[in-house]
Amino acid sequence: MGTISLKKVRKAFGDVVIIPGADLDIKDGEFIVFVGPSGCGKSTLLRLIAGLEDMTSGKIEIDGHDVTDVAPAGRELAMVFQSYALYPHMSVRNNIAFPLKMAKVDKGEIEKKIAHAAEILNLTEYLDRKPGQLSGGQRQRVAIGRAIVREPKAFLFDEPLSNLDAALRVNMRVFIMQLHKNLATTMIYVTHDQVEAMTMADRIVVLNKGTIEQVGSPLELYNKPRSLFVAGFIGSPKMNFISGKEAAQLDAHTIGIRPEHIDVTASKGLWNGTILLAEHLGSDSFLHVDASDAGRLVVRAPGEFAGKPGDKISLKPVSDRLHRFDSAGLALARG
Amino acid sequence: MARKQSTRRTIVLTAVAWTIGILLFFPIFWTAVAAFKTESDAYTLPQNFLTTPWTLENFGIVQERSDYLRYIFNTSVIVILSTLLGLLLAIPAAWSMAFAPQAEATSKLSGWTWLAIILASLVICFLGLYFTDWKPANAFVGIVLLLIFVVPASLWAWTRRTHDGLLWMLSTKMMPPAGALIPIYLIFNRNGLVFKDWGWINLSDYNIMDSFWGMVPLMTLLNLPIIIWMLFTYFKEIPVGILEAARMDGASLWNELARVLTPMALPGIASTCLLNLILSWNEAFWSLNLTNKYAAPLSFFISEYSSPEGQFWAKLSAASIMAIAPILVIGWFSQKQLVRGLTFGAVK
Amino acid sequence: MATRQAQALGRLALAPSVIALAAWSFVPLALTIYFAFLRYNLQDPDNTGWAGFSNFYYFFKDPYFLKDLINTLLLVGSVIVTTVVGGVLLALLLDQPFWGRGIVRLLMISPFFIMPTVSSLVWKNLIMHPVFGLLAGIQRLFGAHQPIDWFGTYPRFSVALIVSWQWLPYAALILLTALQSLDEEQKDAAAMDGAPPLSYFYHIVLPHLARPITVVILIETIFLLNIFAEIKVTSVGGFAGNLTYLVFSQLNDATDVGMAAAGGLVAVVLANIVSAFLVRMVGKNLEA
Repeated sequence: MGTISLKKVRKAFGDVVIIPGADLDIKDGEFIVFVGPSGCGKSTLLRLIAGLEDMTSGKIEIDGHDVTDVAPAGRELAMVFQSYALYPHMSVRNNIAFPLKMAKVDKGEIEKKIAHAAEILNLTEYLDRKPGQLSGGQRQRVAIGRAIVREPKAFLFDEPLSNLDAALRVNMRVFIMQLHKNLATTMIYVTHDQVEAMTMADRIVVLNKGTIEQVGSPLELYNKPRSLFVAGFIGSPKMNFISGKEAAQLDAHTIGIRPEHIDVTASKGLWNGTILLAEHLGSDSFLHVDASDAGRLVVRAPGEFAGKPGDKISLKPVSDRLHRFDSAGLALARG
Repeated sequence: MARKQSTRRTIVLTAVAWTIGILLFFPIFWTAVAAFKTESDAYTLPQNFLTTPWTLENFGIVQERSDYLRYIFNTSVIVILSTLLGLLLAIPAAWSMAFAPQAEATSKLSGWTWLAIILASLVICFLGLYFTDWKPANAFVGIVLLLIFVVPASLWAWTRRTHDGLLWMLSTKMMPPAGALIPIYLIFNRNGLVFKDWGWINLSDYNIMDSFWGMVPLMTLLNLPIIIWMLFTYFKEIPVGILEAARMDGASLWNELARVLTPMALPGIASTCLLNLILSWNEAFWSLNLTNKYAAPLSFFISEYSSPEGQFWAKLSAASIMAIAPILVIGWFSQKQLVRGLTFGAVK
Repeated sequence: MATRQAQALGRLALAPSVIALAAWSFVPLALTIYFAFLRYNLQDPDNTGWAGFSNFYYFFKDPYFLKDLINTLLLVGSVIVTTVVGGVLLALLLDQPFWGRGIVRLLMISPFFIMPTVSSLVWKNLIMHPVFGLLAGIQRLFGAHQPIDWFGTYPRFSVALIVSWQWLPYAALILLTALQSLDEEQKDAAAMDGAPPLSYFYHIVLPHLARPITVVILIETIFLLNIFAEIKVTSVGGFAGNLTYLVFSQLNDATDVGMAAAGGLVAVVLANIVSAFLVRMVGKNLEA
């Protein structure tokens, strides 16, 4: 089991409020991703769940038990740190065995579990090395190994992939997703990378300045962002925002349209503009367009699109993909 | 051209540096030479140190006459036990200061309030002493009065924020021994002095003057501030995430300290031990004042050679070499690590 | 940031050390204050009682007090000047490339590891002895018939010489470490700018060393105020004694606990003035 619920969790250092009050229910076996720009409080929230920091007020329950005053060791959670936090003086074997030794598991059992974890993680031949002799990816796997042998109620990942190079990051991403599928244990994963969030999560929690902006499945967030912030944060390239006269025509303070939801037409579009810059990625082309009234827009065109800077084009938004926001930045109902 | 100039420069520098180095080292070298000469040759050393024969006899005689082995045993006992005791106290303290620092004082009282409380407790003690005629014949009364004084003082030190606590510890190292000599001397030497009589137990049976029971804790206290400081600076370099990982892994405080922190900080702990070793090996003030036989360390052993009848130079030299050789070698090996401890982290 | 639980554990872990050090620093001090106001002579056990300020009065009136106070300041001052100036020069020298740097460094640092009782006896007997000493031998080599009796004629200088010899390596080692942290690029930039050695030293090196020199001065002062073994072992206490020695002799020779305690308090006050500065210096550099 591994349900976690946060009730009015608040964290402040003196007058500086990090998290004003968060409510969240995490279901057993769910893969939850906390995402947000740096400094949004996502790591703090994770550390509060881990028990590595105190809440100022509020309550955290794991499997229905109040763990607010329980030390990290007693919460039966496992954590994978950004820096891996491996014990440098212990071999890989002892690193993985450490939590089991602390739980006083008997020796034969420990051996079995290490062997099993090493096999899953492809670490069998490195078991007697010290962390200093391993590559970044291997260290990452040891950190994961140390977490899984405990069979915790939930795994906490604190930006685990940010120290890896791009290729390895994709591999590890897939690996962690498979791990989740096999173990079916609750996982909470913190990242600032919205691509990671979109690809991995069952549900995403978007944080902004310590406040939970929206909780939902990746597609929910993509299709129905509840605020300007979520709309701008999820999706790549960013959603285009247009305010002023164009927005007022639609009874909104700001309207948003994703680059992929704007069609390029030869004429009779809603907006006319000039191409400033064209990024040809092969599969797609991203056009930066100066559309006088609407301002500067990014538009996705097919890969074979042949426009070059200076060309005049006409743009037509897919009307049911237009997002409208009020002056407070909250989404308005589709109208 | 430039190459040539720099070679000449190196030659000059080498000559100057070696001259100064040899000059500074010379007294030690000279002692070593005298230690291997016969007693009569030692007196005419400047004239003929190359022509006279070499001998090992002095070392044997020193051992025979003044029992060198017993003194080096005493020194070792004091140095090793006090270092271990110091580590036992200092590792948890330095852990606490490095990883669970107190940003604010835990008590709401201001510094002046504390000062008033401590001074008031002192006055209470003095009044107590006054009404017992300034003569705490019953040591029990004395001890109770001292507790009245020590408890608020400890609480004050204990509740300070870590920054101030560290500085306070440093300041205790700066107390001149002359200020503490009298009470320590009288506490150690209970024969006919203060604190003799507890009423039901005669303390003079438990005289700790000239005993390991007195010297080991004393030496620990002398160097505890330095040990804590040095360990603190080493612990600060260990990423806190690793200790947090241990906590997540279910480690108790004891396991966190014994199985994660201590092994990781081993090099730092080793240099701390070395510095402590050197300082307590060479300690002279307390050793000369508080020991004379049973627990006397090497610094006392050497001072015995200052008396006029003990002025046999070859033996003095042999004894000196025997007293300094172990620590000199240790010092050579650890000199680079010592700077941090010798400046309380103010120079790195 | 640690949790309340970790913090509570931390307080607990700190307690033994704090109690030990509080007892060590407060109890003797309180007792010294207590004894300083007491008539208490070990050889006159019947004469006891409240002494008021008479211990201080007689301590200050003791002709040795003024002399030993001056000796204390002279010793501290002369040794500090010698070791700091010598230390800077040595550090500059050791920072240069030459052959056998490691060995020279070991030779220079060695005096610091010698126990004070040993260095006192070695200097007094083997080096500075008026008849058989090394210096006497050298003087005779230059034709002197009556070599100088160092400890007889210049006791203060002799003690200062021994102590300087012991502390010069300390200053040199600290300053060398500081010197080596001087930015290589800054050195190169100065060389590119064509700064002549003296002005380079004055404008770049000396400012960089200002802080470590202050630290060395303060720490040496603390230790030098308490010089004891060098004076006792060479038996020059009557001529070159310092305050620490005076307190010792009040206790040991005059067996006057009250007077000795009063003297001890004077030493405490003197040391506290210096340590206040040192603590502030260290505190500025401390991240905690």
